[in-house]
Amino acid sequence: MRDFWRSGDPFVWLTGAALAFALLMVLGLVGLVAIHGLGFFWPREVARITLVDGGVVVGEVVEREPIPGPLPPGGARPFRIKVKQGNRDLFGADFVWVEESRIAGLDRPAGLVMVERREWGNAYGAIRDVREGDRVVAAGGEAGFAAVTERLPGALALARQIRRIERDEVGRINYGQERIRLQLRRLELRGVREGPQVEALRAELAELQAQYDARVKELDALKARQTGALTLEVADGRAMTIPIAQIVRVVRPNAMGTAARIGFYIAKVWEFVTGDPREANTEGGVFPAMFGTVMMVVLMSLVVAPFGVLAAFYLREYAQQGPFVSAVRIAVNNLAGVPSIVFGVFGLGFFVYFVGGTIDRVFFPEALPTPTFGTGGILWASLTLALLTVPVVIVATEEGLAAIPRSLREGSLALGATKLETTVRVVLPAVLPSILTGLILAMARAAGEVAPLMITGVVKLAPALPIDGFPPYVHLERKFMHLGFHIYDVGFQSPNVDAARPMVFATTLLLLVIVLVLNLFAIALRNRLRRRYAAAAV
Amino acid sequence: MLVNVQVQAPPDGQGRLETPPPAPAVEAHQLSMWYGQAQALFGITMAVPRHHVTALIGPSGCGKSTLLRCINRLNDLIDGVKVAGRLRVAGTDVYDPATDVVTLRRRVGMVFQKSNPFPKTIYENVAYGPRILGVTRRVELDEIVERSLRSAALWDEVRDRLHESALSLSGGQQQRLCIARAIAVEPEVLLMDEPCSALDPAATAKIEDLMTGLKERYTIVIVTHNMQQAARVSDFTGFMLLGELVEFGLTRDLFTTPRDRRTEDYITGRFG
Repeated sequence: MRDFWRSGDPFVWLTGAALAFALLMVLGLVGLVAIHGLGFFWPREVARITLVDGGVVVGEVVEREPIPGPLPPGGARPFRIKVKQGNRDLFGADFVWVEESRIAGLDRPAGLVMVERREWGNAYGAIRDVREGDRVVAAGGEAGFAAVTERLPGALALARQIRRIERDEVGRINYGQERIRLQLRRLELRGVREGPQVEALRAELAELQAQYDARVKELDALKARQTGALTLEVADGRAMTIPIAQIVRVVRPNAMGTAARIGFYIAKVWEFVTGDPREANTEGGVFPAMFGTVMMVVLMSLVVAPFGVLAAFYLREYAQQGPFVSAVRIAVNNLAGVPSIVFGVFGLGFFVYFVGGTIDRVFFPEALPTPTFGTGGILWASLTLALLTVPVVIVATEEGLAAIPRSLREGSLALGATKLETTVRVVLPAVLPSILTGLILAMARAAGEVAPLMITGVVKLAPALPIDGFPPYVHLERKFMHLGFHIYDVGFQSPNVDAARPMVFATTLLLLVIVLVLNLFAIALRNRLRRRYAAAAV
Repeated sequence: MLVNVQVQAPPDGQGRLETPPPAPAVEAHQLSMWYGQAQALFGITMAVPRHHVTALIGPSGCGKSTLLRCINRLNDLIDGVKVAGRLRVAGTDVYDPATDVVTLRRRVGMVFQKSNPFPKTIYENVAYGPRILGVTRRVELDEIVERSLRSAALWDEVRDRLHESALSLSGGQQQRLCIARAIAVEPEVLLMDEPCSALDPAATAKIEDLMTGLKERYTIVIVTHNMQQAARVSDFTGFMLLGELVEFGLTRDLFTTPRDRRTEDYITGRFG
């Protein structure tokens, strides 16, 4: 027995078991997220369920579960199914539970359509007719589907045009007006209320107002062209009319072949990754959140890398090693253990209110009391996260510096290089892989962090991206969206949790993929550098 | 290791030694050094002649490397080092506060015990020193790199892969690269701290050959554990023991007729 313990076998098994357990947990998590996240976009068939009492439910069968409660005497446990019936505007709820005992029949007629709308979620039913104004263009399922499919691309193009005018052109006019208003206000603060300068600005303002009016007219004209409407017969026989302008896509899931399903899937994934959110974030895409996440991580890296590296260089290369430096080192390491919300509170107090408030008072007095920098924004969120992750970079860099052989430094010094030249030309290149390792860890941490962002600049729905076409093009003071916060918001703050749940999985998956891509990028860069600057190993 | 007879005491070297000794390149007078409280060197006095190879031998920990690293003040990097006495390199007082360490080190090159090429390309390793001196023109750098690699007998082996990593070279090649790197800045004195201790006999022979060639242009001071090596390559030898320079003289004389009992004991292998 003693020999058995001394042989070390149990220890090997123990270590193996620990690793296997950890792997299992990770794989389980990733697998769960991947299955739910990727399955979300696959088109489901639409079922027509006839009930014993004559009622009809039409929709996608989402899940099946045993009905909780005491077991009925002598019988098996009854089951119920959850059906996504859509038509929220008519039925009040997207989902309905149907007890299996009440089901008389279930079939999947090919004519049933699923209509994705800009508002009110999906609609399910059979097509009754398609109209232009009051004129019926096509009646019945086949003809109606053909007519609506034919009209949809034009309608979508029109919608895009309207949106472009609303966002870009009207946006540009609004931006100009705001700028002039601020200039007027600045003049007013200086006591200038009259004069040629004010007149010129007023004229410019009037000119912009005229442009705005023209755009509004143009928009009205475009909107007047949106006359098409689709009428569905929904489950209970009522008619529901949907303007074609409100439709994102119409499909007949039961009639789709495999190729059509794959096409649908790709289109949905593409919309998810590149589209704007709709319906309180529960539908549409997450592009703004993705953009915000990546931009914030990049901004944070730009700050944290030089800052952490310089600090580490001072600590290791220049500071007189002693109890004080040791204390500083311990303090830095402990900083990594401070709860992130504490960093958030600090960021709010220091960056947002103090630094941002000061910037506003000095540079943007004309906009007050509306804050410009004195409110949460992507810059402050990035700086807060940079503070949060700087210990990681410092520790990694310091370890890298400690691992550089002394002979390398001496070799450079012996050639008559100064300490600075040695540091910049020999030590820095050799320590770059370690710096990147630190940066990878920092980025992974920052991309997943939510708590400090919630109070330093993340919002549920940002009206504009932090980078756009209006000078100065990069708007660091803007609030932004973030995938981590998006998960929290959609999953737990949404009015329609059942409908939003698949979005949570898909968003989580996307966040994981982004972190993975950022890491792979940094790892590839590090390996390249390692090959080039591999520390002398003889 | 077998003695390489060809290299030992070339006749013209002997002939030159008949003439009065040239002006010393490195001159120490009562040089003492302390690491904190511990004294490492005790009153070293010696004159290293120009354009000759001078070997420092002695058992481990006798201070030969310490003495070598005094000459280019590499010991400055260690905290608590104290120096007394005088040390001159070609007339410049090394430890004079007015002496610029960086300029001094440019005049005194060094090759280390373990080859330490920078993790850069072969070309960049050799060009490192000249670049620091401010040479930026490509043509000029190319020429310096070729000349230095030729002097270090490495050019033919690496001419086709100058822009590959220096770490892809073998140990002996790396050490010759370090020699090329050191002579690229045209130093007056070349210090070698046991340059062959990590190399195989073939690579060692190459470096020893190289030294005989290099002494035409540089003054070489080599620290070695290997008495045969000292006998083979050096013109002058200093024997050190416990921080003292016991004996310094012509290599021939020191190995055949040592004046000090301790030297004799050491070279005949009675201790060490």
